[in-house]
Amino acid sequence: MSKDIRIKRGLSLQLEGEAEKELVKAPRSKTYAIKPPDFHAVVPKMVVKEGAKLLAGDEIFFSKYTEEVRFTSPVSGTLKEIKRGDKRRVMEVIIEADPEDGYKEFGKLDASSTDAEAIKARILESGCGAFINQRPYDIVADPKDTPKAIFISAVSTAPLAPDWGFILKDKVASFQEGINALKKLTPGKVHLSVDKSSAQYLSDIKGVELHHVSGPHPAGNVGVQIHKINPINQGERVWTVNPENVSVIGDLFLTGRYLAKRTIALTGSEAKDRKYYDTLIGASAADLIGQVPDDIRIISGNVLTGTKLSNNQYIGFFDNALTLIPEGNNYRMFGWLPFTYNNIHSNSKTSLSWMFPNKKFKPTTNLNGEERALVVTGEMEEVLPMDLFPMQLIKACMAGDIEKMENLGIYEVAPEDFAAVEYVNTSKIEIQEVIRLGLDLMITEVG
Amino acid sequence: MEWIRQRLDKIKEPFGKGKKYEKYAPAVNALDTFLFTPNHTTQKGAHIRDAVDLKRTMITVVVALIPALLFGMWNAGYQHYSQLGEAFTFWEAFGHGALKILPMVAVSYGVGLGIEFAFAIFRGHEVNEGYLVTGLLIPMIMPIDIPLWMVGLSVVFAVLVGKEAFGGTGMNILNPALTARAFAFFAYPTYMSGNQVWVSEAYNVDAISGETILGSLAAGENASYSAMEMFSGVIPGSIAETSTICILAGALLLVLTKVGSWRIIVSAILGAAAMALIFNALPSMGIEGNNLTNFPWYQHLIVGGLAFGIVFMATDPVSAAQTLKGKWIYGFLIGFLAVMIRVFNPAYPEGIMLAILLMNVFAPTIDHYVIQSNVKRRRNRVKTATGQVETAV
Repeated sequence: MSKDIRIKRGLSLQLEGEAEKELVKAPRSKTYAIKPPDFHAVVPKMVVKEGAKLLAGDEIFFSKYTEEVRFTSPVSGTLKEIKRGDKRRVMEVIIEADPEDGYKEFGKLDASSTDAEAIKARILESGCGAFINQRPYDIVADPKDTPKAIFISAVSTAPLAPDWGFILKDKVASFQEGINALKKLTPGKVHLSVDKSSAQYLSDIKGVELHHVSGPHPAGNVGVQIHKINPINQGERVWTVNPENVSVIGDLFLTGRYLAKRTIALTGSEAKDRKYYDTLIGASAADLIGQVPDDIRIISGNVLTGTKLSNNQYIGFFDNALTLIPEGNNYRMFGWLPFTYNNIHSNSKTSLSWMFPNKKFKPTTNLNGEERALVVTGEMEEVLPMDLFPMQLIKACMAGDIEKMENLGIYEVAPEDFAAVEYVNTSKIEIQEVIRLGLDLMITEVG
Repeated sequence: MEWIRQRLDKIKEPFGKGKKYEKYAPAVNALDTFLFTPNHTTQKGAHIRDAVDLKRTMITVVVALIPALLFGMWNAGYQHYSQLGEAFTFWEAFGHGALKILPMVAVSYGVGLGIEFAFAIFRGHEVNEGYLVTGLLIPMIMPIDIPLWMVGLSVVFAVLVGKEAFGGTGMNILNPALTARAFAFFAYPTYMSGNQVWVSEAYNVDAISGETILGSLAAGENASYSAMEMFSGVIPGSIAETSTICILAGALLLVLTKVGSWRIIVSAILGAAAMALIFNALPSMGIEGNNLTNFPWYQHLIVGGLAFGIVFMATDPVSAAQTLKGKWIYGFLIGFLAVMIRVFNPAYPEGIMLAILLMNVFAPTIDHYVIQSNVKRRRNRVKTATGQVETAV
C-alpha cells in the first residue's frame, strides 16, 4: 500500500557540482576513524587501549549512559590513537587498517524467523545500534525503549545530496533483510519513503508502509515525513535509520559480519572527479580529495547540515557525501544594495536571482551579512513544511522556556529540519544550533 | 576598491580585539559594513547562506520611500506658492520643499543614529539597521513647518522610550516612527494639528485655506478638492502622506520584494473600506450622517495618512502581528479603526496613527490566539493518541 506525500513549501537549491552517477571503488584508507562527537549526547567509555588489535566488528567504546549501545570498528587493524579535545573528551578514535579486513563472526541469522530480543541483541553487539536514531531529540536510540514506529527516508532533496536510488540499487537484498530485522523492533509500522529515483528499486520491498514523497527540500527529511505521517507526541519515541545503514544491518544478518559499507558522493563546485565512491565508514577524506588549499571548505555531508573538516580528518559516521565549496572570506563593496550581486542565490526577492530558476549557483561560505536580532517575519514559514510556528519555537528555545517549547512542537523537530530556515534567515542566526541546544535542554529536563 | 579596503583595515586596527579602542568597535564596524559586506564566513550550521541581510531589507524600504519623499518636497513648495498666489517653476517649488525637509531628515538621522551608536557601544552589540527606515519616516510624517528641535526631541523620545527601553531593534512593541509622531502630537498640538500647519509658512498669510481635507470635513465643510487631486496628492497634509500614487509605487516595491507583507496592506485597505461603507450606508438606514460619514468610501482611502500608514508603518515586521493569520486580523482592524477614529473623534481628524499604535499593542495578543489554536491542535492529538502510546511503551 502506498500513500502520497506532496510537500509544497520548501527550498530547492540548484547548486553547481552534482556527482556523476558512476560508482568507483575508493582506495583503501591507511587509517579509519570513529568520531564520538558524531553521536550526539553519547559519552564514550573506551574498552580498548591504544595499540590493541581489532577485527571489523570488535567493540571500541560504549555509551556511558546507555551501556547496551556499542560502537565497533569498521575495519580490522590496530588502534593507533585516541585523540582527545578539551576536558579529555574523546574526539577521534583512529584505527590503522590491515591491508585486508578480518571480521569478527557473529553468525548468520534469519531475521524473519528470529524473535525481537535476539535481533536486538545481535544489532547491539555488532555496533549496528549506533545506526538507529531516536526522535524526539535526534540522538542515538535507547534500546530500552520500544518505538511506536520506525521511519526510513530514501528521498534526497538536500542540495547536492547523494541519490538514494543510485546508492541502494545493488543493495536491495540486504536492504530487505534489514527491514525484516527492524520490523521486529516495533509494534507499529516501518515506514519507507521513496521518491522518483529510489522507487525504482524499493517499491517491491515487503513489510513496510510505502510513501511516495515529492516536493522541495526539506521534503526528504525524515522529520518532515514523520510530521506528515504520524507526528510525535509528548512521551512517544520513534526511530529512524538512514537507508544505507538498513542494508548494513541486513548484511549483518545475511553474512554474520559487520560490513561497514559506505557510499560517498563527492560533490561541490571545487571537487574533482565528482562520482560516487565505494568505501567504508570512517574513511579518511584525504583519500578521496587529497590535500586541499585553505580557500576551499571541506564538508562532511551536505552544504546545509554537514560538518566542517580540515585536511586529514575523517568522513562523519552518518554522512554519505563529501562536499567541497569555495570559502567566501572576501569583502563585497556595497553588498547591501538591493538587486545587486544577483549571482548569489537568494530566496528573498530583494535579489534578482529568482529570475534565473534554472541557473546552477556556485555558493561560497560567506555569511552575506552580519548577525542581527530577529526582525523579518514570514520567511521561515515559507521553507518549513510543518504545522508549527518556527520563529516562535526558536525564540522559546533561546529563552529556554520548556513549556512553550513543548506547546510549540519541540518533539517534532530536529536541527536538520531547520537547515533551510537557517539558510534563508535574514538575521543570520545559527538556528540549527539554537534548536540543538533547545533539544538538549529538553533531554536534561524532561528526558 | 582594494585601496579603500586597505585604508579601512588600517583605520580599524586600534579598534581590534584586545586593542585600545575595542569598546568603540561597533561604531567603526557600522561604517565599515556600510561600505563593504564583511568577509565573515559561516562557522556553525548551514555552510552557505542566502544573499539577503537586514541591511538589504531595510534599504529596500528606504528606496520605496523615495518617490513619496520627492513628491512631498515638490508639494510643499507647490502648496506654499499657490496659496500665496505667486508664480513659480517646478524647481522653485521643489527647492522650497527640499530646503525645509532635508534639514529635518538630517536632524532625524543625526540624533537617532547618535543614540543608536551610543547604545551599540554601551551594550556591545553591532548597530542595527532599523533606524535607517525610522529616521527617514519620522520627518516624512511631520507637518512641514515643525521646528527642528521638536523633530530632534521626538526622535529622542521614540528611540529611547519606544525602542531601546524594550531592548532595541526587534524587541520594540510600538512602531518607533509613529511613537515619535504621537509624542510630537501630544506634546506640541499647536504645531501638529489645526489648519495653519499643513502649508508651508501659512501663518504669514491671512485667510488661506491651509486645512487638510479631513480637517475641513470635521469642521462641517465640504472637501474642496477633486478625487483626482486627492489621489495624485496635490493637497495639504503631512510631508509625504499626500500622494497616493507615490505611496502605491512604494507599496508595489515592498510587495514585490516581499519586504512588506501584502496581507497587512490588503486587509487594512479592506478594513478601511468596510468601515467607510458602513458609514456611507447610514442614510439608507434612516440615520442622518455628517460630512465625514457621508464622505465616499474610496475617497477615505486616498486622503490623509491612511495609505502611507498602511503601507509603511502597519507593515513594520517587528511591531506587527507575526503569524500569517494574525496579519490578516491585524491589518483589517487597523483600517477599520482608522476610519472609525477619523469619523467619531473630531479632536483627531486623522485616525491612522492611533489605529496603528493601538494595534501594535494588541498584535502580540492576536498572535497568541493564533498560536494557541496550533497548540490546542497538538494537545488534542496527544489525547487521541494516548491509546497508541500505551501499546508502544
